[in-house]
Amino acid sequence: METYTAMRHFADSWALLAMTLFFLAVVAFVFRPGARKAAERAAEIPLKED
Amino acid sequence: MRDLDELGDANVKYLTETIILAVGAFLALLGAAFAHDRLFESHMWVLFFVLLGATILMVRHITFAPASPALPSHAGDGYFDEVIKYGVIATVFWGVVGFLIGVVVAAQLAFPDLNIEPWLNFGRVRPLHTSAVIFAFCGNALIATSFYVVQRTSRARLFGGNLGWFVFWGYQLFIIMAATGYLLGITQGREYAEPEWYVDIWLTIVWVAYLIVFLGTIMTRKEPHIYVANWFFLAFIVTVAMLHIVNNLAVPVSFLGVKSYSAFSGVQDALTQWWYGHNAVGFFLTAGFLGMMYYFVPKQVNRPVYSYRLSIIHFWALIFMYIWAGPHHLHYTALPDWAQTLGMVFSIMLWMPSWGGMINGLMTLQGAWDKIRTDPIVRMMVMAIAFYGMATFEGPMMSIKSVNSLSHYTDWTIGHVHSGALGWNGLITFGAVYFLVPKLWKRERLYSIRMVNWHFWLATLGIVVYAAVMWVAGIQQGLMWREYDEQGFLVYSFAETIAAMFPYYVLRAVGGGLFLLGALIMAYNVTMTILGYQRDEAPIPGATPALQPAE
Repeated sequence: METYTAMRHFADSWALLAMTLFFLAVVAFVFRPGARKAAERAAEIPLKED
Repeated sequence: MRDLDELGDANVKYLTETIILAVGAFLALLGAAFAHDRLFESHMWVLFFVLLGATILMVRHITFAPASPALPSHAGDGYFDEVIKYGVIATVFWGVVGFLIGVVVAAQLAFPDLNIEPWLNFGRVRPLHTSAVIFAFCGNALIATSFYVVQRTSRARLFGGNLGWFVFWGYQLFIIMAATGYLLGITQGREYAEPEWYVDIWLTIVWVAYLIVFLGTIMTRKEPHIYVANWFFLAFIVTVAMLHIVNNLAVPVSFLGVKSYSAFSGVQDALTQWWYGHNAVGFFLTAGFLGMMYYFVPKQVNRPVYSYRLSIIHFWALIFMYIWAGPHHLHYTALPDWAQTLGMVFSIMLWMPSWGGMINGLMTLQGAWDKIRTDPIVRMMVMAIAFYGMATFEGPMMSIKSVNSLSHYTDWTIGHVHSGALGWNGLITFGAVYFLVPKLWKRERLYSIRMVNWHFWLATLGIVVYAAVMWVAGIQQGLMWREYDEQGFLVYSFAETIAAMFPYYVLRAVGGGLFLLGALIMAYNVTMTILGYQRDEAPIPGATPALQPAE
């Protein structure tokens, strides 16, 4: 198979699946217990400096 | 002997840089001498004179100062802000230049006599406009704001010392070479990637240096968490590097000539180009500017972002979906049908993260909505986010194949791009510039807040005129192109559809002119602030908090 076609097929199948799973993991991580506190601390970062 | 010792200890500033520039100028001269074609020869002469001028400037700056005194850029609060000052000035300068060229090309479309052959015809000036606003104006804004934000949110000095200067000046050289190349007629013919191979290689070098500076600052941060704005900036830098390299894979005909041939061919070349083109919009004009939004909006309203967790989901959803949306630029072409549908579906899904980001930006004002009335800079930022929301609704809608069959190749697309570019990128950059200038030059306030208000209204009115006119023009154009009579013949010739556009093209130039006028007011306001003046003016009503009676 041509390199381009092979890469295209890979991108449309396994890469797409990996990205979806990674994204779902991110969502789960963001809503883990205790995430709200950590997020509120992070949101204050720009306001701490000048 | 004592004199010699002192000379040995002396800190010869910029000597290496000056030598490199001189060698570069000499190489450019050789390039001109042994050029394979006339265009390359002309372009190398341009490069030679630019580098020669820079060398002469540097020679005048070489000092044999004693080793110890700190450089001015090292002074103050420990941040490297000198290069950011240059970046802000470059942003304002290229903004005015880019908008001016835009008004010129708009006038050229309405009045073809303004096409001055050969250097200033529409075909050459149009990429000059797009590159001036996207790469020169927005690019400088992104470099300057990312350097500012990453230092503040990492609480660390910019990594790499003078590498920051290399990024700034190297990027200006890229702009000069790209711009002069277009006017000479040197182009790859790839939209938003017009510069030829040797300019592309130079940009790659500069971009890698940019990545090192940015990533190095994050790695040496004193703040444990990486603030979300930096994620967006980093995604922008990394993805643009990837897009730029892949889309510009090409084989030059000669190492001393301008012409090169793409590594891809046919429909694959087209798809690679629009994978690049759409993600250049997605990462250059969206992700990077969202980084600006997530820092400057909270700073200007003095409130944390509405939902930090939403910003994380926004980030990952946006970068994962944008990558797939490019094929919607190739609806009804030789691109396989399934790829077109894939592009359409992902474009529609992209609506969600886009609006998630818009809501997050707008709701940051929760509890401080009165600032829209009293602070023109906040108003500018809110209008930017509103235009972001409008453009990211319109985009997915236009990517639907049946809508696209009407809108594609018409001026509707141009209107859509400009409501995003002028509204979102323009206004959020202006807001950031107005925030940065008093901070960087340590001024109490801007020269004039009322002029910001004028700028806001001129810019907003300009965009509304522009976008509304292009909607009407584009839909009329699309309907005229597909109008058949009962015998199956096209009703209008192509020339008739162009003649019908005349009033709209004139109005578009008017809208662009209003936007340019606003930018000129900003340039004046910023200049006066830098020079240290304050305009004697009445404050915006409600801006100074009135004393409230105790409840």
